[in-house]
Formats: sequence, structure tokens, C-alpha cells
Amino acid sequence: MTIDNTPVELVTLTIDDIEVQVPKGTLIIRAAEQLGVQVPRFCDHPLLDPVAACRACLVEIEGQAKPQPSCAMTVAEGMKVRTQVSSVMADEAQKGVMEFLLINHPLDCPVCDKGGECPLQNQAMTNGRGESRFDGEKREFEKPINVSDRERCVSCARCTRFADQVAGDPMIALLERGSQQQVGISDDQPFDSYFSGNTIQICPVGALTSAKYRFRSRPFDLVSVPTTCEHCASGCSLRTDIRRGNVMRRLAWDDPQVNEEWNCDKGRFAFPYVQEGRLNQPLVRGEDGLLHPASWTEAIDVAAKGLAAASGATAVLAGGRHTVEDAYAISKFARAVLGTDDVDFRSRPHSTEETQFLSSVVAGSGLGVTYADLEKAAHVVLVAFEPEDESPMIQLRLRKAVRRGRTKVTAITSHVTSGNKKLNATVIATAAGHEVSALSELALDANTIILVGERAASVTGLLTAATKKAKESGAKLAWVPRRAGDRGAVDAGLLPGLLPNGNSLTDSSAREKAADIWNVENNTLPFAAGRDFGAIVHAAVNGELKALLITSVDVEDTQHSASTLQAIENTPFVVSLEIRPSSITELANVVLPVAVVTEKSGTFIDWEGRPRNFGQAIREHNKLTDGRVLAMIADAMDVLLGQQDVAQLRAELAQFAAPTNRVDAPSHGADVPNGLTLSTWNQLIDDGALQEGEPFLAATSRNVIAGLNSKTAAAHSIAEGDLIEISTSLGSITVEAIFVDGAENTVWLPTNSGESKVRTNLGAAHGNIVTIKRGGGQ
Amino acid sequence: MVLTPILTAHWDEADSYKLEGYKRHHGYVALAKALKSDPDSIIQTVKDSGLRGRGGAGFPTGMKWGFVPQNDGKPHYLVVNADESEPGACKDIPLMLANPHALVEGVAISSYAIRANHAFIYIRGEVPHVIRRVTNAVKEAYAAGLLGQNIQGSGFNLEVVVHAGAGAYICGEETALLDSLEGHRGQPRLKPPFPAVAGLYASPTVINNAETIANIPYIIRNGADWLKQWGTEKSPGFKLFAVSGHVKRPGIYEAALGTTMRELLEHAGGMRDGHTLKFWIPGGSSVPMLTEAHLDLPLTYEDMAAAGTMLGTGTPMVFDETTSVVKAVSRWLQFYKHESCGKCTPCREGTYWISGLLKRLEKGEGQETDLEKIDELCQQIMGRSFCALGDAAATPFPGAMKHFRTEFEAGVRTAADIAFDPAATTIFSKANV
Ligand SMILES: Cc1cc2nc3c(=O)[nH]c(=O)nc-3n(C[C@H](O)[C@H](O)[C@H](O)COP(=O)(O)O)c2cc1C
Ligand code: SF4
Ligand code: SF4
Ligand code: SF4
Ligand code: FES
Repeated sequence: MTIDNTPVELVTLTIDDIEVQVPKGTLIIRAAEQLGVQVPRFCDHPLLDPVAACRACLVEIEGQAKPQPSCAMTVAEGMKVRTQVSSVMADEAQKGVMEFLLINHPLDCPVCDKGGECPLQNQAMTNGRGESRFDGEKREFEKPINVSDRERCVSCARCTRFADQVAGDPMIALLERGSQQQVGISDDQPFDSYFSGNTIQICPVGALTSAKYRFRSRPFDLVSVPTTCEHCASGCSLRTDIRRGNVMRRLAWDDPQVNEEWNCDKGRFAFPYVQEGRLNQPLVRGEDGLLHPASWTEAIDVAAKGLAAASGATAVLAGGRHTVEDAYAISKFARAVLGTDDVDFRSRPHSTEETQFLSSVVAGSGLGVTYADLEKAAHVVLVAFEPEDESPMIQLRLRKAVRRGRTKVTAITSHVTSGNKKLNATVIATAAGHEVSALSELALDANTIILVGERAASVTGLLTAATKKAKESGAKLAWVPRRAGDRGAVDAGLLPGLLPNGNSLTDSSAREKAADIWNVENNTLPFAAGRDFGAIVHAAVNGELKALLITSVDVEDTQHSASTLQAIENTPFVVSLEIRPSSITELANVVLPVAVVTEKSGTFIDWEGRPRNFGQAIREHNKLTDGRVLAMIADAMDVLLGQQDVAQLRAELAQFAAPTNRVDAPSHGADVPNGLTLSTWNQLIDDGALQEGEPFLAATSRNVIAGLNSKTAAAHSIAEGDLIEISTSLGSITVEAIFVDGAENTVWLPTNSGESKVRTNLGAAHGNIVTIKRGGGQ
Repeated sequence: MVLTPILTAHWDEADSYKLEGYKRHHGYVALAKALKSDPDSIIQTVKDSGLRGRGGAGFPTGMKWGFVPQNDGKPHYLVVNADESEPGACKDIPLMLANPHALVEGVAISSYAIRANHAFIYIRGEVPHVIRRVTNAVKEAYAAGLLGQNIQGSGFNLEVVVHAGAGAYICGEETALLDSLEGHRGQPRLKPPFPAVAGLYASPTVINNAETIANIPYIIRNGADWLKQWGTEKSPGFKLFAVSGHVKRPGIYEAALGTTMRELLEHAGGMRDGHTLKFWIPGGSSVPMLTEAHLDLPLTYEDMAAAGTMLGTGTPMVFDETTSVVKAVSRWLQFYKHESCGKCTPCREGTYWISGLLKRLEKGEGQETDLEKIDELCQQIMGRSFCALGDAAATPFPGAMKHFRTEFEAGVRTAADIAFDPAATTIFSKANV
């Protein structure tokens, strides 16, 4: 990260007779905050353009006849500002505005969601008059938009400005005029935004409420805990509000370096899974072939015996949802206890090229490209990466950068998406699988950042090309995975051939150090690189494995769901660590329930490489972490790993020094598919397992369609709106065709939405060849 | 005092609104002259003439043009404000009806001066006949090569668009007008940036009132000093005074600035027979009212300001003793409540509240504390709202209270319609026949 050394020009002014120096361009309201003076405000928001509409923040400025809005006026040298603290003019103006704001405000406080945490309540107390002088009739509105109480609205335009400026989804607007002004949506365009929840949070009154939280709780009943979002690698800082052991809601928390004050609707609303339908007790498959509840002692014993008996033919499938501490515990368990290097977190499509890329470029590299870098970059190139769906905070940060006019975005992707339109991106429409040449042709320089997404793994040569391009041009390169635990898994060594912190398993000195830290004999550790996820599945299908340890894997993520299930069926002994029942737990011999993110402490490493620590939010449930459960199994296998609590795991991981001999960077040539290819990625709101149980969120997911170029469609006699069938040798998907502005000879499908279950029904990855035809299974 | 028929000189001719009629009286001579001179010299002439904006605020026109940055590589725009919606104001509309080419020629010259190749004439939507007339005038000018590409071989290009408003008083406020022109809901914009720097489509824009622009051809043809023969040093020139209300001959009287209301009243035939002046308002409902005592003040920007009011649009409304001032103020407040754009709190909520209080005073159902309350509420709006509409809304009541406090006090018990026969104040009342 480069440090900006440009000196800041300071301006000296007085506020309430106190001299203060602030950077040129600072708004008066912000300067006053630095002195601890809180000027009342409603429309003001530090991350939105000023509107000066509510007039709550009026202050006196010497030499000006009228009070001025401090939220819209910048400081000037020698300016003399007087706030309500020292000016009758300011105080009266503010009180007057507050009185006006209250005349039409309903007396809903006792039933309003905002009651108790309401800027209007608070500021009416601090800057209002005690008694109401209004004795007329209050205005009323009908309630056509769901979950909005328009009587409560103070017309601050925060919600509309957020939607327009920050999210780029201007589907809500202020309508009508005068005292009839109100927030509304158009009749034919719903407020379909991935970020709508933020408007609820920044509304300074209870006019916008969440369908889920409405009338559910009062702020003073809630215990608030700072947490980190588990849903993607953006790394949002959240606040989780808990009542009697249950999560009531989640809010975006302020972290200027990462998510600023925003988050996405998935992070905000997708939490019912933490309390509904959980596995609460260990299960062991009995003689009758059925799973039966068992005690922890029994279950651990069965697991330990089964794994020990399979020694030499075990493998670990880890998934991408772990904290770095748990990932590390799994990585260690595989090598030190099971003695296997057949371990991989990449349940989604991957490649040996990617293994090499992650091991050589990403693992243990620490903080790399940051959000702040994105904001400063002259040029950002998105390669096989759709930020709005795959890392929404990158989308918002890029939009901010683009709106400032200093940053341009180029996207190498199959078609123009709503997301890259909001970034004003230059789209290099590229059929899936053909990205290598598109990237190679770009002229880049050192002021460029290349962001490469997870689907790059299934385009041969692309990660090689990205690495090379960055090296040649001086551009910075960052890998943006989709899952919150992906980056931590790489750092923890959950890849074949990779030890923690980027050390290579085949580097004998690194292996020795690992044995030392793990307190095991050097020769118990595997010394040849093992199999990756796909190869493990392949081996298991062929009956080559005796036992599998599976933690947090969804078969719907894997290249071909049926093969994965087949692999599990063909493996004699399977231990599953899970939070909820799944198609894998159904097939396991031992099922061990583990803690969800709210029930444990830990760290996610976001895409930047920034550790996002969080504490335990809920203590009531007594759930064990993966690390603790594995320690118990190890114990039963006579390998003493200690308690493996989070502190221990963190301390151990820190002992892994930076690698001296890195794995070589990949050097794969392009292998261009010859035929019509599948472009696919997961939409933000889809059928992901952790989004279950939230119908309001699911309702905001996008329509399930196949997107294709009109010429390609014509070549297959497909008209817009036709049902089309997309197939591979493994199966087919039938959905409606919609024309997109994109490359020919490629068809886009959402990976895991409704009818479009790409892994289950097609067994295909991004860039694979598919066939299309009109009609399908009508 | 004599009238100074300049803009109105030929309104009695049957074809005054046609190109032919306009040309007969030196029409488009100024444009030809302008196109041969340096744009900066035109700005200088307008500056030297001292012409002040006729839209209400009286801002010096040449100075406004001078704010437009030159050689900035951005397109420039001229926008004519013909949204005339202020209660009492009726001057731009007759002007455009009878002498539209003065406006069109003014647009061409002004655009040339500020280096604009696009000009917009924004006319209030409720006057389709005026919109038609200006549209036809623009068409005629295009056909005669007075607008369009390479005007009269000068190399200067100008496209003129006549745009109809959709019926909102706030769209006369210059920045709300720009939003409206761009297709948004008309609400005023935060300044800075000022329109001269970032106006229409974020490009330098000059917004002038229709009457202001119609003055330009005459000034360019006759020179800066010509204008100064009328009016005062600070208010040079002549003005379309639109006199309305309880006078015998309401209408447009074009006279030198500095003319007194007494003189204008004489031209308008005096008060209705048997009636006496109660109060008058120099320039639209947004400026404080005056009485008999102010009839001899010169109607200039500076003298009206000194009397605690404003010349405003220069369209005096005259009321005789049959008028209930409570009812008049109540009507105006209903207007402001209806027209408040809703953006800022003081105006949106204040007009809602005050108009309600006035309504009950008008019905004789007021409360003892209402007058004080309304007065305080007006102070809570004045100077604190986002744009001048809020200030305007806070103007009529305090102004009226200064002169007619007892009448408002009566409103606590007596309905305005009982105190003042509503029929007597109408133009069809017997008193008027
Ligand atoms: C609520 C409101 C309504 C206005 N309506 C008009 C109008 O109808 N016509 C007009 O020329 N100016 C109107 N103005 C004044 C304009 O904002 C602006 O000052 C004027 O067009 C500038 O032209 P001028 O410099 O030629 O006077 C209005 C101002 C406000 C605050
Ligand atoms: S709904 Fe809330 S955020 Fe939106 S304008 Fe009204 S008060 Fe402001
Ligand atoms: S952007 Fe990612 S980290 Fe942030 S709230 Fe959404 S899912 Fe969670
Ligand atoms: S004063 Fe405020 S509410 Fe009234 S018109 Fe102006 S901006 Fe709109
Ligand atoms: S906070 Fe300044 S006007 Fe609203």
C-alpha cells in the first residue's frame, strides 16, 4: 500500500470562539464535531453528497445575515462560526426547524422500530422546545410501499441519495411536492437493490423498516456485539443485535477502511440459518444403517476409531466458510493426525493452475491491494469477476471511485451487467473461456489494479496470464474469492502441497518447522503433495479412499453434485462436521455439530488480506468450534493437540514464518474452448445454504434467466423470451432466454438460482462447452 | 410622467407578433449589428447600460453574463425564464403574445454574447396560446435564417427550443427550472456551484427573465446610454408595469423606472368609482404590501428597498377598502403551501401550519395566541429556508400585520366574509358597473 504524502492544506477558523484547524474543504458540521460540538442534523450524512434540505443544522456565520446550513458549507480561513452553543440566532433557527419537523410527525414512538435509537427523538430532546404549539390536523398518507410509514418521513432524502449515489439503484425517489412530498417507487419498477437494507439503517426516523424486524424488538432489549460478516470476502464489519440468545437483526458497522458504513442485504438479512434447523447433537450410524443421536464421547470415539482404521487412505474436504483458526486446525489435523495431504477447501470448480497460483501469489502474502487503493487507482480491471454479485463492497467502493471521476473500470466478462453499468465500466465482451487473449491485449500500467475472481480457476491459462500481466506492467493484482473463509483457508494451508502461511510442503525445512510447531515426528507428515478436491472426489468414486473428513461442504458447490455424492457413498467411513443437516450428513457415518459464526470467536481474512477478528456473540448455545472437535478426535487417536481454542490456534499459526522457498508461479498456456461456452457465477442472493429461511430476502433475488447475445440466439433460432435448454452430457437446464449486450457464442446462467442449478444439473464450470436449443423440456 | 412605449410600441398593430410586423420597426437590426461585433463588447454594452434583471431580484444582467467562464471547452446555454407564475405578475405573458420577436432576437444576441449555441425558452405550461405564439415566432426566425446554422453568414449557430413547464411555481426559481428542463422534478439546487459555472447539464448557463432578454435588442441597437435616459442611476431604463386589481383600467403600462404608483394609478384610470385604496403591492405577492402613504415613492429597486419592500416583478396589485386583508393573506399562504416544493423543512411544514392557522382566522375561529404564533412561525421560515419561495411565503403576513393588525385580531371572532362582503370586492359587483 502506498502512503499518500501530499501535504494537507489547513484552514484556521473559530467555532464558538474556539480556534480550530481543519483540512481545506471540510464542512463546518464536521469541523464542529472535532470540537465536540454536535450540531443537529437529519439530511447530513458523511458518505452522501450534501443537500442542505432539512435545515436542522443552521449556524451563525459572522458577516452573514442569515443562518447557514453547516452540512453544506465548507470552512474558510478566518471564518467565525457560532453554533447553538454560543449563538441565539443558531439556537433559535435549530429549534424552529425541529418544531416544524415535529408538527406532522405521528406520535408513534411507543410502537416505532426506531424508538430508543431515533435521531429525531434524540435531537428533539437536545435541540427542540419542550411543548408542542401545533394544534391542527396532522397529515396522513396511504401506505402503498411495503414497510414504509410515510407519516414518519422527514424528507431528508438520505434513502434516495443512498440509492442513487452509493448503490446506483435509483428506484426510490421523493415524489409529489410541498407537504405531500413522500418517498415512493415507480409502479413498474420495484426497489430491486442488493443494498436496500442500508436505507433502513440511515433513515433518521422510523419511516423505513425491515419486514423481518418490524415490531419485533426495542433497542434497549438488545445486546449489541461487533461481528464480521460470514457471507463473502468483502469483510464487512457488522453489529449483531441479540435478545436472549437469538439474533434479532444485523446492521452495517462503521469501518472506514473496509465497508465504510454499508453492507449488502445478504449480510444484513441472511441469518435465520444460525438458529433454525440446526444440528444440536452428534449422530452416529447404527447397525440398522440409520443415524442415531449419540453422546459426544461415543461419537468422538467412533470417529477416531474409523479414521485411525483408514490410515493411509484418508482425505479432507474442507469448504470455504471457516474462520482462519478453524481452517488452520483442519489443515493441521489432516497433516499431523491423519498424515494426509489430500486436503482442499475448494469445493467449487478449481484447477492445478489455481493451486499453484494461490500457493505462490496469494498464500501468506498479507495485506495487499486495499479498498483505499481501489479508490485511488486510475484504472481497475475486472477479470472473470462480478463485484456486485461476488463482493458487493468492492462494487460500492468502485462506484464511489468512479463517481469521483478519477477511476475508470474495465471488465473482461461475457456481457454488460447491471453491476458494471453502475461502474460505467468499459466491457470487453468475451466468451467464457476466452479471457486470456482479452486480458493479454490490454495495455496496462502501474496505476492499474487487476481484480481476478474465483471463476478464473476454470479458464486454463487465465491465472497465469493475470500474474504475468501484473508483473510486466507493474499493475497490482488481487484475487477476490467469493467465500468469507477462502482467503483464510489459503493462508492456513488448506490446499494440497501447501503448509500454513505460504510454506511449501515439499520444502523439507518448512516441513520440519511444521512438525516442530505441531509437536509431531517429522516423518508422520506427508511429504509429497496430495490430491486436490476434484482428484479426491475422483479417487473416492473409484473406491480408493477408506475415509473422508468433510467440514462445511455443500454438494451444490462442487463441479458435479452427483459425483460428489457418489464419492461419499463409495467411501466406507465418512465423518461430517456440520451446522445443519445436509445431503452429506445424511450419508455420513458420524455427524458432529459445530458452532456457527455467532457462537464462536475467530477471524476471517477478507480479499485484501486484512484480518477481521470477531468475538463470540452468543454464549448460550454451548456449541464447539471445528478446532475443538478435531482436538477431541485427535485426543481419542492419541495425538495430543491441546485444547485448540481460538487463542492457541492463533498463536500457533503466527509461528509459521514467511516461506523461504515459495511454490513456483503457474505457467499454463491458454486452452481455448472450441464451441459455445457457459458463462456462470453465483448471484449475490441465490439458493446458497446460508440464505435459507429468509423469504423477504429471497424475494429480492433476480429473475432466473439465460443471457445470450441476439446473434447467437438467432443462430439457434431462439427468440427473446423463449424457453431454452442448455445441456451437457450430464444433464440440462431449461430457462427463459433474455438477450444481453455481450459476446457471441456464450450463454450465461446463474450458478445456483431456482431452475438454474449449474453444478447439479449440468456438472459444468465457467468456460465449459454446453449446447443450447430452443424449447427444452416444455 | 409619460409612458415610454418601447417593448409595447406596436402592440396595436395587427401583425405585431409576426416577423414582418417586427421587422417593420427595425426588428433584427440589432442582431445583424451584434453578429458583426465582438461578443465581449456586447457583454460590455449590457454592463454599461446598467440593465437589471426583470425576474424579481433586479440582478445586473451584464454582470451575470460576465460570470460565465470563457474558453472552458464546455457548451454554454442561455435559458429564458418565462415561467411567470407569481400571483399578480402578468407581464412576460402579454409581452410574448404581442411582441415575441423582441424575445427571440434578444435570445439570439444574448446567446451570441455568452457563446451559447443552444438556448431554451421555458414558458409556463398553463398558457398554451403563448407557447404556440413563441413557437411560431421561433419557426419564422429559423425560416428567415435568423436562427439555426450559420446565422446570416456569421458562422454563429444557435438552436432554440421552446419548452413548456408543467405547472409549478417553483420551476420559476432558476435552479429548479434547470432541473425541470433536464427532466427531473423541479426542486432548487444547492449553490454553489452557481449556474454561470455549472448550470444546465453541469455547463455554464445564463438564466434571464423574458422581459430582461426582450430589452437586449433595443439596447444593442441604440447603445448603453440610450437606456440610461430613463430611470435612475441604480435603476436605469423602463419597465412593463402590469397594474391589476381594483383600478378602472387594469393592464400593462410601460413607463420609466422611477415612475410613482400615483402616476401609474392615474394611467390606470384611478380606483373604482366610489372606492378608496386600501393597500397595494409593488411586485407580486412575494413582496411586502404598501399603503396610500407610499404612493409617491419612485418605483425603483432602491426606493422600494428603502421602504422595506421590493420592486419585485414590477406588477402592482391594487386593493380597495372592500378587501379583507385576512382573506387576501390567507389566499396567498394557500398558494405558497400548494407551491412549496417540499425540499426544505421550514417552507414545507411552515406553509402547511400557517395556512391552516390563517384559514381558521379567516373563518373567525382563530385563537387569541394565533397572531403571535403566525408571526413567530414566519420568522422561523424567513432566512432559513432553502430558496426564496420560503422567504416569500413568510412575507405577506408580517407586512399586512404592520398596517392592519386590528383586522387580524377581529379574525379571532369574526369571519372575513362577514366583516367584508365578498361580493363587493369582485369586478362584477354593482359598485363596478
Ligand atoms: C419561487 C420563485 C419563482 C420564481 N419565478 C420566476 C419566474 O416565473 N420568472 C422569472 O423570470 N424569475 C422567477 N424567479 C426568479 C429567478 O430565480 C431568477 O432570479 C430570474 O429568472 C433571473 O432573471 P433576471 O436576472 O433576468 O431577473 C423566481 C424565483 C423564485 C424563488
Ligand atoms: S424515508 Fe427516512 S431516509 Fe428516506 S427521506 Fe424519509 S426520513 Fe429520510
Ligand atoms: S458484502 Fe459480503 S461481507 Fe458485506 S454484508 Fe454482504 S455478504 Fe457480508
Ligand atoms: S423554500 Fe424549500 S420547500 Fe420551499 S420551495 Fe424552496 S426549497 Fe422548496
Ligand atoms: S443537516 Fe444540514 S440541512 Fe439537513
